[in-house]
Amino acid sequence: MEGVFTMAESFAILDSSGRLPRGEERALYLRRFGAGDRSTRIVLADLVAVLAEAGVGADDLANVEIVLAEALNNVSEHAYPQGAGPVELSVAIGPSGLKCTISDHGQPMPDGRAPKGGEPRIEPPDHLPEGGFGWHIIRCLTSDLRYARHEDRNSLSMLVPWSDLD
Amino acid sequence: MDITTRQVGKALVISVQAARVDAAVAIEFKEAVRSAAELSGAPVILDLSQVTFLDSSGLGAVVAVMKLLGSERPLELAGLTPTVAKVFRLTRMDSIFRIHPQVPGSLQATG
Repeated sequence: MEGVFTMAESFAILDSSGRLPRGEERALYLRRFGAGDRSTRIVLADLVAVLAEAGVGADDLANVEIVLAEALNNVSEHAYPQGAGPVELSVAIGPSGLKCTISDHGQPMPDGRAPKGGEPRIEPPDHLPEGGFGWHIIRCLTSDLRYARHEDRNSLSMLVPWSDLD
Repeated sequence: MDITTRQVGKALVISVQAARVDAAVAIEFKEAVRSAAELSGAPVILDLSQVTFLDSSGLGAVVAVMKLLGSERPLELAGLTPTVAKVFRLTRMDSIFRIHPQVPGSLQATG
């Protein structure tokens, strides 16, 4: 049952000066959908449009899209290896960045924790890895990453810090 | 996966005519580029200037094509857009491929 099956909730949050208020954390996006490569595409396009509308800059849009693509790929590949299941994505905007939370009802992460995602091994060149980049990319672009398993539910939350606060 | 090819000097330039190379199309992408590369024995330059987004599945597919071509036909890349360049940089794959800032034979390259 891959596919997007609920409406997105989004809010315009520009202040009167046309700038993004960064004082407090505000929910910006919530969407439930069926895990899968196609719905990941649809949801990311929608999210990026909402964030751009809210005033999020190009660098931050790129970072959040890369991170969520990897995290949602992981859900459809590893949490639901047998096929699509429900996923919920929420994004809140806050003083230090975009807080993203993904939850699903699929398989738990191995050993009950999110993989460390070490740097890809690049030698020798004819034995380059063709996968396993995802967690490394997520770890590079996020801080405060937390994974929890509550009953049959996985919850992964992470902060994509504002790029101009580096 | 829409792909165009042309010969520029000694190189076969394979241009990917898709905005996204992600998990939804990674296998299709790999097959399309691989079969395009079979058109000639020339060195291959993969033109990614139309690709605005590439995830780790797409990156894995690029690496897979490079390995399929073998060391005799090094795969080079051209026209990386900012988000695509970032994914290569974060995974250190920018140190593996020769990356042309501009697409050989394009108007920008000659201007």
